[in-house]
Amino acid sequence: MKILVPVKRVVDYNVKIRVDKETNAVDLNNVKMSINPFDEIAVEEAIRIKEGGKCDEIVVVSLGPEQSKETIRNALAMGADRGIHVKTEHSPEPLLVAKVLAKIIEKESFDLIILGKQSIDDDCNQTGQMLSALLDCSIGTYASKIEIENDSFVVTREIDGGLQTIKLAKPAVLTTDLRLNEPRYASLPNIMKAKQKTIDEVDPADLQIEMQPKVVTKKVEEPPARIGGGKVDSIEDLVDKLKNVSGVI
Amino acid sequence: MSILVLAEHNNEILKEATKKAITAASKIGDPVHVLVAGTDCANAANDAASTEGVEKVLHAENSQYKNMLSEPISELLIDLMSEYDYLVSAATTNGKNILPRVAAKLDVSQISEIISVINGKTFQRPIYAGNAIATVESSTDKNVITIRTTAFETAKESKSTAEISSIGIEKNPGLSEFIEEKVSGGERPELTSAGTIVSGGRGMQSGDNFKLLESVADKLGAAVGASRAAVDAGFVPNEYQVGQTGKVVAPELYIAVGISGAIQHLAGMKDSKVIVAINKDDEAPIFEVADYGLVADLFDAVPDLDKELEKIQK
Repeated sequence: MKILVPVKRVVDYNVKIRVDKETNAVDLNNVKMSINPFDEIAVEEAIRIKEGGKCDEIVVVSLGPEQSKETIRNALAMGADRGIHVKTEHSPEPLLVAKVLAKIIEKESFDLIILGKQSIDDDCNQTGQMLSALLDCSIGTYASKIEIENDSFVVTREIDGGLQTIKLAKPAVLTTDLRLNEPRYASLPNIMKAKQKTIDEVDPADLQIEMQPKVVTKKVEEPPARIGGGKVDSIEDLVDKLKNVSGVI
Repeated sequence: MSILVLAEHNNEILKEATKKAITAASKIGDPVHVLVAGTDCANAANDAASTEGVEKVLHAENSQYKNMLSEPISELLIDLMSEYDYLVSAATTNGKNILPRVAAKLDVSQISEIISVINGKTFQRPIYAGNAIATVESSTDKNVITIRTTAFETAKESKSTAEISSIGIEKNPGLSEFIEEKVSGGERPELTSAGTIVSGGRGMQSGDNFKLLESVADKLGAAVGASRAAVDAGFVPNEYQVGQTGKVVAPELYIAVGISGAIQHLAGMKDSKVIVAINKDDEAPIFEVADYGLVADLFDAVPDLDKELEKIQK
């Protein structure tokens, strides 16, 4: 079985982002970037499947500028086998990412594609679902458990009220939720080994995909600030305020 | 500008999230039609027909729609979308699961979790966990949109009843099969529609101690939530999690107990109308967004709150 794991380079989850009022965009200068946390969970899951003897090769793919290679190297250091870097100036919208991924999958077939459920920058939560549509295959979003059977995957999904278990035909696209696993840290020897692993370069122009976005961002603003900081001295005071000032109890 | 809203229901009535999606759809344009798909869901279709803003209900009765699996519902929506300009749904796990699949088949982008409609092509949506708001503009004729439920009012009951039309498209791609669903929670309201939420964080120290919060919640008719730290520590199940990576909520009253206020938690609750924070660390970031902060040991304060609420009830 072959597994493809698409990964995205995003602003590190610990960074408090700042909106640049002049450029009308989130300021990305000198900001720490990392692998999208949900994608890291996807890489980890693929590695665990391989360690369980149910996968022969894990390929990691990323779209983005030159630095996206670092993100691919991170995944290779964790234990993925090979990388593909699709060089784009910015990170394209989910539909375009899905189209590029579908082309790559057309060239070499994969039995399972595992993605993060969403990237923590644009919070779109679309790419996996769109890819499943373009491939006409099954989709299992928000996976918290993945079991592999001969011709199918049994996937437990986190849904609004609890958990849902479904059985999906192979090949399938799965997206990870937070508690599918806890990603490992790459060991130093594995970081060294990852430097020898192959990363193939792909030019999106060669894939014959029109990379024009269908939705454009006109402006980015800070959200209205919430004015908090009010204090109460006691529970009696709190209950009195909730009842008589705010009228919420 | 015809709009189709994908409904979620429990066979009897529409989910509140769908009634909010109907409000958002009405802001985009009209007519608004609602698709109610499932088995034995005629009552839900009736509920949709008597919701303000709805002009027509499409009722698709078929066993393959019972569990809202993405593949069969997407097929149905793709067929229906030849007649509509917009597809709208609440950004619930079902909406988020199904709509992008339809969008890709229509060769359009999806606009995720909008919080306001500026015009038929321009919308606002939060990015970076709500730390920035993007204004985005679509260039396509057909549009697929999910809405953040906390940003829209619930559509009211209508005095008139809309037409219900039974549709019978059967196309099951047969790629997926439902096995089971485990729904937790029981008597308390669902987090995303609750008017009051009592949430606990790492400060609760154990799952057992959440009983303190449950007692308060039951006096307020509230849902119980948790921070990611409390979920990761195994105190409560995953679906309790409020935050960027869990549920985004905006109740009338949010009581945060033993929650420090990590960015990712604040992103999930900062639009609540009134926020109460109880924490013994007076420098916890949660106090910066709280209307009423109480610096106290929660193991003293929560039982006291419980007693005070009991007094009021009497």
